[in-house]
Formats: sequence, C-alpha cells, structure tokens
Amino acid sequence: MIERFAEVVRAASGRGAALRLRGGGTKDFYGQALEGEVLDTRGYSGIVAYEPSELVITARCGTGLAEIEVAMRERGQMLAFEPPHFAQLGSGATLGGMIAAGLSGPRRQAAGALRDFVLGVKIMDGRGEVLVFGGQVMKNVAGYDVSRLMAGSLGTLAIILEVSLKALPLPAAEATLTLELPEDRAIEQLNRWGGKPLPISASAWTGGELGVRLSGAAAAVAAAEKKIGGEVVDAAQGERFWAGIREQTDPFFRNDAPLWRISVPSATPPLKLPGEPLIEWGGALRWLRSRADARTVRDAAQRARGHATLFRGGDKSVGVFQPLGAALMRIHKELKREFDPQGIFNRGRMYPEL
Amino acid sequence: MNIAATGINFIRQAEVAGRLRGLLPADAVLHAEEETRSYECDGLSAYRQLPMVVALPSSEEEVRQVLATCHELKVPVVARGAGTGLSGGALPMGDGVLLSLAKMRRILALDPVARTARVQPGVTNLAISDAAAPCGLFYAPDPSSQIACSIGGNVAENSGGVHCLKYGLTLHNVLRVRAVTVEGEVVEFGSEALDAPGLDTLALMIGSEGMLAVATEITVKLLPRPETARVILASFDDVEKAGNAVADVIAAGVVPSGLEMMDRPAARAVEEFVHAGYDLEAAALLLCEADGTPEEVEEGIAGMTEVLRRAGATAIRVSSSEAERQKFWAGRKAAFPAMGRISPDYYCMDGTIPRKKLGEILKFIAKMEKKYGLRCPNVFHAGDGNLHPLILFDANDPDQLERTERFAGEVLEKCVEVGGTITGEHGVGVEKINQMCVQFALAEIERFQGVKRAFDPGGLLNPGKNIPTLHRCAEFGRMRVRGGQLPHPELPRF
Repeated sequence: MIERFAEVVRAASGRGAALRLRGGGTKDFYGQALEGEVLDTRGYSGIVAYEPSELVITARCGTGLAEIEVAMRERGQMLAFEPPHFAQLGSGATLGGMIAAGLSGPRRQAAGALRDFVLGVKIMDGRGEVLVFGGQVMKNVAGYDVSRLMAGSLGTLAIILEVSLKALPLPAAEATLTLELPEDRAIEQLNRWGGKPLPISASAWTGGELGVRLSGAAAAVAAAEKKIGGEVVDAAQGERFWAGIREQTDPFFRNDAPLWRISVPSATPPLKLPGEPLIEWGGALRWLRSRADARTVRDAAQRARGHATLFRGGDKSVGVFQPLGAALMRIHKELKREFDPQGIFNRGRMYPEL
Repeated sequence: MNIAATGINFIRQAEVAGRLRGLLPADAVLHAEEETRSYECDGLSAYRQLPMVVALPSSEEEVRQVLATCHELKVPVVARGAGTGLSGGALPMGDGVLLSLAKMRRILALDPVARTARVQPGVTNLAISDAAAPCGLFYAPDPSSQIACSIGGNVAENSGGVHCLKYGLTLHNVLRVRAVTVEGEVVEFGSEALDAPGLDTLALMIGSEGMLAVATEITVKLLPRPETARVILASFDDVEKAGNAVADVIAAGVVPSGLEMMDRPAARAVEEFVHAGYDLEAAALLLCEADGTPEEVEEGIAGMTEVLRRAGATAIRVSSSEAERQKFWAGRKAAFPAMGRISPDYYCMDGTIPRKKLGEILKFIAKMEKKYGLRCPNVFHAGDGNLHPLILFDANDPDQLERTERFAGEVLEKCVEVGGTITGEHGVGVEKINQMCVQFALAEIERFQGVKRAFDPGGLLNPGKNIPTLHRCAEFGRMRVRGGQLPHPELPRF
C-alpha cells in the first residue's frame, strides 16, 4: 500500500497536480478548499502495536477511530483528548483524519489537546519518501518536534501513515451535574473552579444551563459533587449529553446559521456577539451560531487575544481560519515547501497561499 | 590575522563589539577574556569555548537590534538562559555572539483567574511557581535545576522533571512563545488561548535548542496546587523486579504524580550525602507518589501499595507527613550532587526507552561498566522510561574521558535499538549530535535542516547543535539506513 501511495505521490508531484488526502471524509466540511484528486488513505489500516502498560498505541492512518477506541476501552484506556468523530452514515472517522484535523473534544480542558498526545509519526512527504519522527516513548527531544507539527496540519504537509499516541486509563468514576447560571456568572464560576484542585473533566454552558462533568477516583468525584452543587444527572443521560457536545449532535448545533469556533483565554467575559453561544473548556472555547459578518466575529476574538474559525457553513471566501501575520505566514510557506516541494497535498485547505 | 590561543579573531571581535555597543549600554557588551570566561560552558563543562562577544540585552527591542545586526554582519548567535543545560546547547562559538537573556527576568503578568503567567525568558522556573503560590497555583514542570534554570532555557530544551508523568513537559505547559527571528522580526507562536490558527509552530519552537528564533516572552499555564501528596518508598531485591513493578503500577490504571527508581549504588551515594533513610540493602528503590485531594491520595496510595506488594516489594514505607515526603524525595533530587561527592566528575545520560526494556538496558549498562572499567550508578524517571545513568570518571585523565564518551555512546545507541531515543529531556546540543545519525535516516535529517531554514535561512542561530550535517554523519560512519539494511529490521523504527 505504501508503494502505491508513493507512486501516486510521485506521479502527482511530476505533474504538479493536487492530491486530496482523505480518510472517511467525515471532516470534509472543515477547512478552506477541497482541491485535487482524492487519495483514499483507508487501505492502509490496522493497529500496529498496543501495549497498555506502556500507555502507547500505534496504528496506521486508515484505521477506524471507532476501532481504536473499542480496543482501548477493552483494556481500560482511552484517547483522553476525546476526539470528535463527526461520523456520517456509512462512513467512519479514521486515525489519520483525526490527526490531520487536530480537533479535541470536551475532555481537552483537563487532559490536554490531541497534539499533546502525539508521540511519533511515520509520514510520506511530497517526494514520496517515508520518514519517521518522534517515537513511542513519553519523552523525546531528539530533533525538532515534527510529529506534533502534523497534528492539525490538515494534510497540507505530508500523508500521515502511522501514529503513536499516548493512552491514559479510563477514569474510575464519572458524574455529570447541571446548574442554572447566566453566561457571565457561568464563565466566572468555571474559572474559579479551574483554580481549585477539582476533578472537572468537561463543561458546557448554553441557554442558561451549565453542565459539568467530574472524572477521577470515586471518592474525589463524590467530594467534588458536594463542593459544586447543582443537580446530578443520570449516568446514561450524562454520557449522551457529552457525546452530543463532542459530535455536535446536541440541539444547539442543529441550526442553519454558520457555526464559529472562537478560542479565547478562559476568563474572557461574554463576547456579546449576535447569535447563540455555547461555551466549553472552562470558558476557553466559545461556539457561536451566528450570521454576524466575519469581521465582527474576528475582531471580537482578537480583542480577547484569541482567534475565530468559520467551522461549519457560511461563506468560506472570508477565510476559514484567522489570517496569519506576514512573518508567520512566510515560515508556513517555507515549511510547506520543505515537506511538499511541489505543493500537491491538500492545496489551499488551510490557507489559499499554502 | 590576530588569532590568539582562544581561537578568536580580534579584528572581527572589535568590529562586532563596536556595533553592539552602539545598541546596548556599555556594560551589556563584553569581550575581554576575564569577562567572557564565565560564559565558556553550560552545565556540560567537558566542552568549553570562549565566545567572541557576549551581549546582555534587557528588552525585546534590544534583542531585536542585536539579532538584526548579527544577521547583517553574518555573525552566528548562541542564546543562553541560566547555562544549566546538560548537553552543551549553549556552548558559545569563538566567532559568534553569546546572547545572554539573564537580564530579562521580569514576571510581566500573572492572571490568577485565567491561570496563566506571562514572563520574560530569564525568569527562573521556580520563581514562576513562587509567584503563583499565593494564588494556590504552580508551574508544573520541575527539572531538578529548577532553582536556577530559566524558563527560556526550559522552552529551548523542552524540559521535564520528576512530575511530568502526570503534568507533562514544557511543551504541555506553555501556551505561547513570543520570539524574535534572526532577521529581527517579532513572531508569536501559539496564543493566550488554548490553540492558535495555522500549523503548530509552537511545538517546533519548544525543544528547538535556540536554533529557530530567540524567545523574548513566554506565556505559561498555571495549575491549582494539589491539596496534598504522599509518596511510597518501596524496596526490591532485584532490579528487574522493580522495573516490572513500574509497568504493573501503570497497567493498574493509576498515573502517579511521580515514579522514580534508583539502583543500590545510587541509593548508597545519596544516603551518605542527605541521609534520607533509604534501604541500602535493596537492589533497587522505587519512589511512587500520589497527589490531589485527600480522597484521591488515599485511594491512589492504597492501590499502588497493593500493586507494589504483589510485584514483590521487600519493604514498603509511606510518607506520613509532608516533612517525611520531602525527606524521601531529597535523596532522589540530590542524586547528581551526590555523585559529585564520590567522583571527581560524572557524565549524565538521558536516553528514554519503552518501560518494558528497563531490565534489558540495566543488564547492558552493567556489561558496559565492566567493558570500560567505569562505575555507573543509575537513577531513572522510571514512570516514563527516561534513564539517567551517571558514569563516574576523572576528567583529568584523558583516557577516562574518552572511555566515558564511548560508554555513553554505546548506551544511547542501545536505547535507539530497543525502540527508544537518545534524549528524553536534556537535548542533543553538541553532546549527542553523533548519535542523531544513528537515530535518524538521512532524509529525516535533511527535513530537520529544512525546518531550520524555514526559520533561519542563513543558519546563524546556534549552528552546529542539535541537527548534524550529513557530512558529519558520513564521518561518524554509522548512518541509519532503512529498508531491510537495518541492524535490527524487525524493530519498529522509533
């Protein structure tokens, strides 16, 4: 399979033709342009190594994310960044697509982002060469951290062939609480809790209701329930709720208005933008369903020292991702040229210039 | 040409120092040997070189001007924090400027609500936690040198510490690095939010050993201080059993806040030094810590004690007070200075391996002790497989130094062979540059060079460190060749 990939890459490189790297296609909606002939990565699949006592799982790009999660759950472990699948009918998310998209779910606020769990990668660059960076050990500072550069690169640098990720044990206990709070008070409260050693693993506020998930040792979860208060939600209902936030199937996301993803410092007061917000990650992630123009949204994000992404819908010609400064864009172009000299991989998917 | 024994060209020196004196106050540009001498090495003192000129900027604007001028004059620049690095990453160049960030040591902002601190690069690691302590917060990565090492140096090396098993490395705890490129442009990597648009250039910056840009401002995450912590001190009569116990603890679904191991020679050396009360008959000691709320700690300690007992621990003690916890840790934290007491010099390795290979590596190190006739006590960050074998030698004996370097080289190559890496947290610097040729294939080294060019096209920032030239690998004669020609083709290439 790698040989076939290499042939396709070399041929495309020779013609300067764009290749669209694609797994299950569950994140086709995300990013700027979809250009070029599809290179389906699903043929290169399978878990290569999984040793729970090493806290590492290594799998090929085409492996189903669902398959990986089942294998880990059987051994009492998980991908702690809780990646969204955005699975569509008949097509599941793949590991390669997950890494390329770089998205993390509700647990990110406590456990860290997808990039934090990447230990090593095997990639194919735009010359058709197979390269290995990072490894399968927890600490590795040999050379530049190219493996984490792949996380969230939207397939613009290389084909991600194989990835090693850090695994973590499933929490012994979880509980979900709900509290009635207005937006400003919810943000204050989340930040106050954030400064205390409480086992909060997820939070979601919308429409005056705040959901909080606790994860950890049974005794710690029970103690935190008392400190936080509110109403305890039935376990199955709680699980459904967080799945709805992660997969964007919650009623909040069922709306025709464009969906903005606004990343800001957690203590940022309500952004007061037109439209309906949903707040995650202890205040650091603000989803916004809004028809407000891009300028208004981006200015508000920037004033708060954050950035805004046009996540779903809307007019992509305004730019899906917040524009980069000139010096940083120059570095991006040089990195792109280094890994993909002919500019064949996912052309324009992140920025039109890349 | 005026080149003295120091290898410094005095005409060039006068030109560069003269230009920099036009930018910085007179006392912030040094060139006289008696002033530059203290910058000749970092924590890896086996390598020394007098810098041509030392510049001590006190603001980002001064850093920008120094870099722009060096860029114009095509002078290489080596950035330096506190100089505590262990791999020679801040080794100066005889034709270069040593850029010390030591004067930039202000904490610019500390936000107790958002739990972040914005600091200059010269601030010490511990100063951040000290400043955050009144708010019940701390900065998690805690390298043993935290009292002295600077956050800028931590960013350059992606430093870890004894608690990174649970709290992560520098990479996991830094949100944003504001830096100046060699051309004198200010760039921000990451952001004050949890992520930033574009490629993850922040990940490239962290651990880049000062070769991509010079950090001038760093935003770190602060975490709530755990309410309490307790540590288990477990004895084992066999090193391999202790290694397996580490795997058992991890497999049991607990992530301890620290999981450290020491062999008998290391334990004896530190016991003499700090009197931590260690069991000196044990072949290996494990330190296993749980932190969090009192409930979590109780549950964690009970669970881990059970696992350790089942794994064959011959004695188990649990700290019953904060003072006792500190005492148990004191020995581990004093491991390096303790070696300094029993040997004129010691050489610290930093390989990281899959935990299951611990027994194999220990046997290999014992074999090397015999082969080279040198002692090598072992301390490890066992939880994450990061080894710090300490070869004891006398640097005044050139033969011992040479044997030490060959000893270390063999161990690092063995780490790569068993699926690990040559450096877990100390960096490549000048020290492990040859072993980079063993760990990486030529095409990978070329991509690393390309990453550097993307930031520093002229190759002026810290040249000669971290990434070897292909020529150097050819000379070293042990290039990594893939595709069936490997010494161990059955191994995954990590």
